[in-house]
This record gives sequence, structure tokens and C-alpha cells, in this order.
Amino acid sequence: MLSLLDAAIVLAKVLFFVLFPLSLVPLLVWLERKVSALIQDRPGPNRARIGFIRLGGLVHLFGDTLKMISKEQIIPRNAYFFYYMAAPVIMATVALIILPVVPFADVLHLPGFSLSFQLLHFDAGILWYFAVVSLMVYGVILAGWSSNNKFALLGGIRSSAQMISYELPLGLSIIGLIMVFGTLQLNEIVVQQGDLLFGFLPKWGIFIQPLAAIIFIVCAFAETNRAPFDLAEGESELVSGFHTEYGGMLFGTFFMAEYVAMVVASAVIATLFFGGWQVPFMDTQALIDNAPVLLQVSLVGAALVLFGLAALSFRWYQRKKGFYGDIRDIEGLVYAGVLAVAGLGALGFLGLVLALGFPAWGGPVFAALAQMGMFIGKIMALCLIFIWVRWTLPRFRYDQLMFLGWKALLPLSLLNIVVTGIMIYLTGGLNT
Amino acid sequence: MKQVKVKTIKREKMSFWERTYLLPIFQGMGITFRHFIRNLIGKGPNISVSYPDEKKTMPTGYRGKHRLTQRDDGTVKCVACMMCATVCPAHCIHIEAAEHDNPEIEKYPEKFEIDLLRCVYCGYCVEACPCDAIRMDSGIYTIFATKREDFIIDKEGLLNVKPQDPSTARPLQGMPPLPGSEAGSRDLPMADHA
Ligand code: SF4
Ligand code: SF4
Repeated sequence: MLSLLDAAIVLAKVLFFVLFPLSLVPLLVWLERKVSALIQDRPGPNRARIGFIRLGGLVHLFGDTLKMISKEQIIPRNAYFFYYMAAPVIMATVALIILPVVPFADVLHLPGFSLSFQLLHFDAGILWYFAVVSLMVYGVILAGWSSNNKFALLGGIRSSAQMISYELPLGLSIIGLIMVFGTLQLNEIVVQQGDLLFGFLPKWGIFIQPLAAIIFIVCAFAETNRAPFDLAEGESELVSGFHTEYGGMLFGTFFMAEYVAMVVASAVIATLFFGGWQVPFMDTQALIDNAPVLLQVSLVGAALVLFGLAALSFRWYQRKKGFYGDIRDIEGLVYAGVLAVAGLGALGFLGLVLALGFPAWGGPVFAALAQMGMFIGKIMALCLIFIWVRWTLPRFRYDQLMFLGWKALLPLSLLNIVVTGIMIYLTGGLNT
Repeated sequence: MKQVKVKTIKREKMSFWERTYLLPIFQGMGITFRHFIRNLIGKGPNISVSYPDEKKTMPTGYRGKHRLTQRDDGTVKCVACMMCATVCPAHCIHIEAAEHDNPEIEKYPEKFEIDLLRCVYCGYCVEACPCDAIRMDSGIYTIFATKREDFIIDKEGLLNVKPQDPSTARPLQGMPPLPGSEAGSRDLPMADHA
């Protein structure tokens, strides 16, 4: 029987795994706009404001959201209504149900209580990702076909061909990794990545399976339909591809699904190849043992960073003094104040910890929080790479895309399996 | 028959590293990263104009919103000759002429309207005008209103538009003398002031 506490925990986890990627979406949209602007020597969004608060363009997100929600929903007369409505729902649902299989931290053990930071733990782990991610393409194809528009249809067809070609190497590339780790459970895989390789390198997937890592990352880019693999959208030749006929919040759903898929792909890449929630050179036990010292160090570090940021925004305030001639001029000053207060808060917390001593339950909790922070940091870093790649590379031509998928990635992933097999046979695997 | 010359353009063969795509991708990402960092620390080229707070000066030849020039005494310089209305390809200038007190001037526009929505900003009206009465040197490129009617700009409006460069506000040209005034000569003949 499910006790009340268990039910509450499950509910909390469900909320977390739904709200976490969704709350990252606006942040990523902002990052995308800002990073692309900086790459292209522009200032990027910085106009929308509430009073004097602009937060470097973050306020634009409210405007964007409001616009999308309040827009008139136009549905083409000849669209197949049911499928037309189902497509974005499929995309968003599929994107959201992958994440629960990813562990966000090691299992938290407290006396008489243990908590795993995974919502779905079944042995098939990584296979869940493969099973579900291939459903994503149904959303694209349905959207393309049901909107009864030739551009949308072409986008859908392209996307289906692309998915088929890239799913094979995606699945095959991971086999080498599974052979090395001997498990499909994602938490197990992450735990194993905590060891050291040759005594100094963390045993991350990217170091033991570099070829697989490259293939997997390339294919994951293709699966998320982002540049340079965004042929399904191809705005230069297909208007905007499969979602040409979508507007308002239906388009918003596609948009959201794209970013959620990006978060999910980053999470899976981080889990498989970048050590998941592992803090480099510190396994869970080391984190728990050194928790008091680490907590103090990180609080001091946080305070320093906050003070540095406060100083930077104060300098910005001084430089921009009187530029607008209205309330916006004090923006930098306010930020500097808030950041300085936050820095003082970190120092105050440090004093509290020093004065009261470190509680026994603090160690495991700190370890779990640190691992979670690490994992989220890795996800964000990978998302940044997604964005960075998108604004660097031009889109592949269709024949190049097929060439890369079938003639380069597929043989390479097969080769990787063979080489891994031989290496395991010769050395007896990494675990012995 | 003349021989057709064929020039074969050889495609450059990609080297091994280029064919793996990986190295060029990293090179490209290096370039974008350099731009990103330079702009992040504020050392970028920074060519953006923060528009409503800073405004660009338009080049001298820029054809902005029209304006009617004035005589030295501030009256409208146009003599309602209809040249501009005739040449206008969009037929967007509407002039109603009236008789001027000064027989040397003969006419002046009672009404002078330009429909800025129909105007194609070709500048023919400026070229056609024989007495430098209409100009497009205001440098104004934001023409906005909430109703169609408000885009029709009348004589008062045209006279109030300021030129971008204040030193060119009034064309150099004297007044034709009123009959009976003792000078009897134009201090500056029209033709000298193109
Ligand atoms: S700029 Fe061209 S279109 Fe506009 S009023 Fe003058 S002649 Fe007509
Ligand atoms: S051409 Fe010049 S003088 Fe003649 S009507 Fe037009 S603005 Fe007036």
C-alpha cells in the first residue's frame, strides 16, 4: 500500500519533473535570443520593462507569453481538425515524459527514509528514452500532413526521413556504452561514472567512448530538430515547415516542445557521457564526509561571486548614468543593491552554520543538493552548446544530411561496437 | 559559327579533415565564441543604435518626409505651379491655388496636401519644383498615425516639418519686390540658387 508520505513524494516528484523543464523553457528562449545577439554583434532584447526592471531582456518573456496566449487561433478550413489539434499535444507530451527516467541526484539515505531522485525507475532505463523519443516524429508528421499545406507536408516528410536515418546510429552508438557499463539503469550508469580512469580522469562516458559520444551528440541534435538539422522547418525554402499553419498557442506548444526536447536531450547526454549528477572527483560518500567544509567554501564562493556581480552592475550604473533620462537610469543601482544584500545573506548563512554547528542530516542533504546543482549546471552548459551550435552552423542540405546519417554515422557506430567488443574481450572490461 | 568557350570551374576538393566536418565545425564555433566573449565583456563593435534614445543622422540625399520651404518673411514659397502634382507618379499631391497679393508671385497654394500613404518617396516632386519650394530633407523616416486620414499632411503640417540640418532651413532667395517698392530689382535672381 502506498502510504500518505509516499504519495506526497511521488506527487512532488511528478510536479518537479513537469515543472523543471517547463520553467527552463522561458530561460532558454531568453538565452537563445541573447546568445545569438551577442554572437552576431547585436545587443539583443533589452527594451521591455516593468517600471525600471528589464533584467537584460528577461521581461520580454512575459510579453511573448501574453501575446501567444491572447492571439486569435486561426485553424485552416481544410485542416484535419483532430490530427491538427493532436500534433502539438503529442509533441509536448512526448517531450515531457522522457525526463522522469533521468536521475537528478544519488539516492538520498537518511535514517529510516530514502529518496531516489528519479520518478520512473525501471531496469530498461535508457531504452525508455529511445522508445519515447521516436514518438516525437509523429507530432511533426501529423502536423505536416493534417494542416493540408504543401510546405508543411514537405517539412513533415523530410523530418520523418531524417528521424529514421538518425535513430539507427543513435541507438547503435549507445550499445558500446552499455557493453562497458553492463547496465541499462541510468542511475547505475551514473554511479559507475564516479570512478577514476587511470587515476586522474573521471570515468565519464565521453572518455571511455569518445566515438560513441560524438555520434550520440550529433544524432541527439538531429532528434531535437534543431539547427543544423532543422530541415523540417527550413524557413528559407519551406516557409516554416511543419508548423506553417499553426499560430497562437498551438504554435507556442510546438515552440515549448522544441525547448523541452532540448532540455531532455541535454539531460540524457549529460547522464550518459558527462557523468550525470557526479561532481567530478567526489563521489557521494566523499561529498557527505566533507559536507561542512564544502558548504563553507561554496557559501564564501557564492558571496564573492554575488559581490563581484554587484560591483559590475554598479559600474554599469555609473557608465549609463543619465542615458535614458527617466526611471530606467537607477536600474543598475537597484541590482547592485539586491546582489549585495544576497551576498550578505550568503555570509550570514555561513555565520549561522558556523554558530549552530553542522547537523548530522546535513551531510546527505547537502550531497544531494550539490549533485542536483551539478546536474542542472551540466544541463544548462549543454543547452548553451545547443544554442551556440545553432547560431554557428548553416543548415545541412538534404543529400548531405542523408550522406552523413547513412554513410558516416551508421558505419562508425557499428565500428564502435566492434572495437568496444574487442577491447572488452582483451582487457576484461573496465570493472575488473 | 562561333565556337562557344567553355570554362570549367574545378570544385575544390575537401581535405580529409574538412570531410569529417568536425574540425571546420570547431573552427566555426571558435569564431562565434570569440564574437560572443568580445560582446559579453563590452569590447564588441557595438554598432547598434538604441533607437528611440539615440537617433541616426540620415545622409544628405535621404528622401524623408516632405516639407514646404518658406520665404524670408515666413510665407510659403510655393507658387502653386502644379509641376509637382503633375509629375508625381502616385498622384498623391493635391493643390488648390489662390491669387497672391503680389502680382509678381501671381499664385500661392490655398491647400497643399500630400497623402503620405500613397507617396512612393521617389523625390520627383523635389526635382520638378522650379522654385525650391518642396524638399524631402527632413530626415524623418518614421511616419505614423492611427487613422488613414491622419496620413494626409496639409499645408500647415508641411510648413512645420523641420529640416534635419538647420542651416539649410530656408532656401537662399530673395523676395520678388512688391510693386511700388523703390528697389525694383530682385536681390537674388532665382536661377542662381539651385
Ligand atoms: S516623392 Fe514622388 S510620390 Fe511622393 S509626393 Fe513626391 S513625386 Fe509624389
Ligand atoms: S512644383 Fe514647387 S512651386 Fe510648383 S506647386 Fe509644387 S511645390 Fe509649389
